[in-house]
Amino acid sequence: MSKKKWRSFREFLYILPFVLIVLMVSYYPLYGWVYAFFDYKPPAPLTPDKFVGLKWFKYMVENPVKIKQILQVLRNTFAISGLSLLFSWFPMMFAVFLNEIKCVPFKKFVQTVTTIPNFISWVLVFSIAYSVLNSTGVVNSILLNLHLIDRPIDFLKSTEHIYFKQWLWLTWKNAGWAAIMYIAAITGIDEQMIEAAKVDGASRMQIIRHITIPSILPTYFVIVMLNLANFLTNGMEQFYVFQNSFNKDYIQVLDLYVYNLAMGSGGYSLSVAVSILKTIVSIVLLSLTNGFSKLVRGEGFI
Amino acid sequence: MAKKEKEIVSSGVHYKPSFGDRMISIITYIVYSIFAFVCVYPFYYIFINSISSNQLSERGKIIFVPKEIHFTNYISVMRLEGLFDAAKISILRTTIGTLVVVFTSAFLGYMFTSKTMWARKFWYRFIAATMYFNAGIIPLYITMNNLKLTNNFWIYILPTAISPFYLILCKTFIEATPAELRDAAMIDGAGTLTIFFRIMLPVIKPILATVAIFTAVNQWNAFQDTLIYVTDKKLNTLQYVLYQYITQSSSIKALLNGSSSSANIAASMAKMQTATSVRMTVTIVVVTPILLVYPFFQKYFTKGIMIGAVKG
Repeated sequence: MSKKKWRSFREFLYILPFVLIVLMVSYYPLYGWVYAFFDYKPPAPLTPDKFVGLKWFKYMVENPVKIKQILQVLRNTFAISGLSLLFSWFPMMFAVFLNEIKCVPFKKFVQTVTTIPNFISWVLVFSIAYSVLNSTGVVNSILLNLHLIDRPIDFLKSTEHIYFKQWLWLTWKNAGWAAIMYIAAITGIDEQMIEAAKVDGASRMQIIRHITIPSILPTYFVIVMLNLANFLTNGMEQFYVFQNSFNKDYIQVLDLYVYNLAMGSGGYSLSVAVSILKTIVSIVLLSLTNGFSKLVRGEGFI
Repeated sequence: MAKKEKEIVSSGVHYKPSFGDRMISIITYIVYSIFAFVCVYPFYYIFINSISSNQLSERGKIIFVPKEIHFTNYISVMRLEGLFDAAKISILRTTIGTLVVVFTSAFLGYMFTSKTMWARKFWYRFIAATMYFNAGIIPLYITMNNLKLTNNFWIYILPTAISPFYLILCKTFIEATPAELRDAAMIDGAGTLTIFFRIMLPVIKPILATVAIFTAVNQWNAFQDTLIYVTDKKLNTLQYVLYQYITQSSSIKALLNGSSSSANIAASMAKMQTATSVRMTVTIVVVTPILLVYPFFQKYFTKGIMIGAVKG
């Protein structure tokens, strides 16, 4: 082997251990997709006689109970992702008006405290929700003291406005952080443009409408595209911690459904089948939105 | 940023703010004060409850001001079964996990800038592609089980040991450093590894700080891996234990509500542990590291999202 070739190969050897780890923890599990085509009941190993072909995929669209369940799960997923998409402008407007605050310490303070929730876990968010909203929590205490209600409301068990409430928790956690990207984009706006508008007698609302917002729309576009690409992915942690026997039918999104099937009712193979379908649809969505972004902006986001 | 803004204000054209402009000011101050309050108050509320009379707290009487302040709750939770071990595991996984991810991101990021590596592009894509798919819960569980990683401390480290996202961050950063740096060292006869440890690592410290802080927060907050892969109580993390306390305390509460009012049972002992006091105190214990770390490292956090955004 020539010296050059050896060097090139030695460099590969340095990264080989890491490649092997990736192979083991990310690629090797993909073989587990075959479980979707078997009737798998652990701990018995897979044997050819348990091969059932597309049974589980058909099951999803043929068994009335499953159809109902899956429609319910899809409704929840669409409602929650749809709400996020519908209000995706919120972090942007949060950034726009935060920028209107001229008192720098106050602005810094608001920015710091509104980004912190992004860095605490969903378990902690739930702990906070539980502390604030349970029957002796502060919300019920204040409502009772004001005689607005006669008995405590169990907010976490009620299914009223549940999608909106879940959106609120998500926003409480994420909005401040999501706004940072827009704040940076606003900082990049040419100041001369704003000065010129002021000389021309533009009001602050006019500057916001005609300068600030148009300048950050490209960032917003990317965020919307990413939202669309992740439409089926809500993550399971938020809904796992907030789920209880009262709200389960309304809170079970696709990711949580896959988990609940896997861990609870022993629907191992069905769980794998659902997760395969979800992955395929997600990849299609990702390439569609990426392609659309290329078409509109001239570049994708992958 | 602050300096720049002041300049704009002072050098700006002086114009008389109209009524509408002033209204916007007032409204923004009010609205953002509410936002800030909504983000700060819950932490404050839980904190004052954890140091107030447990009996008052149980009845929801502590709202703005702590009453009958005591700190016995914090001493009592230390004696709770499993909490100390959980804290140890959480600290261990955060430390080791962070060191591992920082090292792999820096090293792989560096190696992938070396154009001479055999099939470099292929291996780079091989790792980067893992960002976009996930085998799913059952396949992952079976794999980890086959690898003897379930009920094993390393389940917290290995699956996340190589992060394509942070790897790309480091690679982008290294590509922006002057090429002369490594060329000069190479001419002096330094090998690949020497260049990495002696020259690259010190140069890329800023980006490593960002990677470290994000990984540490993720490791501290992780909950799902314990939920799925771990049944051994010795490996429970603080997040998991906290979740158990919340769900258990609700069942305890339901029992109490069923018999008689919880206040009577709590008796007059202000310092006696209640489900509420345990939950609130553990919450504060788990959240404090984040609250302490965040304000000091805010600029690293912000940098992380910005570089990520540029990369797209």
